[in-house]
Amino acid sequence: MDSFSALKKNLKKDFAGLPVLRIAVLADSASQLFVQAFRGAGYNLGINFLIFESDYNQIQLQILDPHSDLYAFHPDYTIVFQSTQKLRKKFYELSYSEKTSFSTDQLRAIVQLTDHLHASSKSRVIYFNFPEVTDNIYGNFANKLAGSFIYQLRSINLGLMNLAITNPQLYINDLSALHNQFGYSFVHDEKVYINTDILFSIDFLPIIARNTAKIIQSIQGTFIKCVILDLDNTLWGGTIGDDGVESIQIGDLGGGKAFTEFQHWLKQLKNRGIILAVCSKNTEAIAKAPFENHPDMVLRLTDIAVFIANWETKVDNIRHIQSILNIGFDSMVFLDDNPFERDMVRTHLPEITVPELPEDPAEYLQCLQVLNLFETASFTEEDTTRTKQYQTEARRAELQKTFSDENDFLQSLKMNALVQPFTRFNCPRVTQLSQRSNQFNLRTTRYTEDMIKTLSESGEYYTLAFSLADKYGDNGLIALAILEKQDTETLFIETWLMSCRVLKRGMENFMLNTIVELACKNGFKCLKGEYLPTLKNALVKNHYENLGFNALEGHWLMDANSYQARPTFIEHITETNVPN
Amino acid sequence: MSTDQVLRETSEIFIDVMDNEALQIKLDTSAKDIEEWDSLTHIQLIVAIEKHFKLKFTSQEIRNFNQVGDMIHLIEQKLG
Repeated sequence: MDSFSALKKNLKKDFAGLPVLRIAVLADSASQLFVQAFRGAGYNLGINFLIFESDYNQIQLQILDPHSDLYAFHPDYTIVFQSTQKLRKKFYELSYSEKTSFSTDQLRAIVQLTDHLHASSKSRVIYFNFPEVTDNIYGNFANKLAGSFIYQLRSINLGLMNLAITNPQLYINDLSALHNQFGYSFVHDEKVYINTDILFSIDFLPIIARNTAKIIQSIQGTFIKCVILDLDNTLWGGTIGDDGVESIQIGDLGGGKAFTEFQHWLKQLKNRGIILAVCSKNTEAIAKAPFENHPDMVLRLTDIAVFIANWETKVDNIRHIQSILNIGFDSMVFLDDNPFERDMVRTHLPEITVPELPEDPAEYLQCLQVLNLFETASFTEEDTTRTKQYQTEARRAELQKTFSDENDFLQSLKMNALVQPFTRFNCPRVTQLSQRSNQFNLRTTRYTEDMIKTLSESGEYYTLAFSLADKYGDNGLIALAILEKQDTETLFIETWLMSCRVLKRGMENFMLNTIVELACKNGFKCLKGEYLPTLKNALVKNHYENLGFNALEGHWLMDANSYQARPTFIEHITETNVPN
Repeated sequence: MSTDQVLRETSEIFIDVMDNEALQIKLDTSAKDIEEWDSLTHIQLIVAIEKHFKLKFTSQEIRNFNQVGDMIHLIEQKLG
């Protein structure tokens, strides 16, 4: 982790070329140092945060006035940071009976603020919650009193979570959790606070800055999707090749408890959609034995999407894993107890996150939990089955090897696609896909659930969600098209994206057939597409050209009436004729 | 530790916090002599000095620093 002074030095570096996000910071304490650290942390994550910092203590003023500088700035994100100290001051002015309803009143005020923000701006809101510090007016007895400060603080924090659950534009910066992790005396420096009204210690600033930046980064679509695991002394104690399956440390044997708890944590990650892959220097059969036979192993082969054990270098094997999963190196974490392997991977694949692991395996779990590597901006049903889908993909790849002709292979898959408009049922997954897809994404517009709901109800758009299934099973909802009625003749393809799990199945042909059919049926003559390049979407650079669109002034046009349906091996189904 | 030694080490801290290699401080240097020296960098200086010399200032002491010499003498005193 960089120090505050290192982050501050970032501010003099060249931000040109970095994507820009407009961030408003509203605080009721002195926020200048936070802003410096935050902009410096953004540089480390490859983002140019343009910051509007309101004058001291203007949270309400800026948000409630629709003509304020805040709204003139047009923020992408608004960070609201109310200090516990100011809150406490307000609390102390109340009578006891007023104190008992303090959290309700505060939450009502917060809802009023977020409602105003949403009414006057498209900005997402990042709200700091409150460190749960007792003032010890009542000692432990405060837990039995609704009128104690700690009771009210905890109610506000719980209330904030409930607000965030129902308000898709509201995100919580969990200052309280960081406070518990690092401790009061680390987070605060009383003399700094008393002299300058800066809440945080100099050493805590990089941590809270990075935490805030990571929330934004994950909403913007950059987050970890996969953990690549070494085996010996990482997932269990000892060397399987030397010690044998019965002597490795897991469960009650030796220091096995540390590895068991570590595996439980990894399994939870897998259940919420993080892909687990194994990369080990071992003979494959020996490396797999504990997953198959050891009674105390928590992780089983079904939990591992890709299992690679051989004597090649880890760098080559990780490249291989990347090619199977088809996700960016920057969305992978590599965990290995061996510093030599870690350095090799860092040197050759600099985009991968490679945390330093402590020497003692007992400390792995705590160390990784503090790093907060798995920040995410969504969680859907789809996430829970992701591992299975990648395993099925590996089986398809095996099948493909048996065909010399691509079309024969595609035919043998017996694919069918369900096409639906956006509905309130598929809305969460549609939103998530718009945030996750980087490579097959023509314009990389990221949507929130609110935006998806608004545009699907507006009448200005046609929306299409595609789910693909084949003889191996259901891939789920894997592609989207959002078509804007630009004028009476033209449909503009505002979004065309697809999950990289289903590349090379002819899905784009099927999608275009569907889009043209929809255009013709509704009397539109022209389809207009656009490619906006990013660092990651070179894959679809020639997408429209390949599909027969004609270039015109930076856009791509297709005459719907003269369109010849493209060949596809995917059967179009609607919900009423889903095959068994 | 001699006054010279404390001044030398403190000077390094000034250069780092102000991010200005050309910075030269003397005992009678005060905030008005250094453009970057404002209330925000002041607090960073204090924290960096505390860390470096492994000592603590009180908030009263911080408010009474008018020039570099005040800091240096207090550091010497605290190092005993």
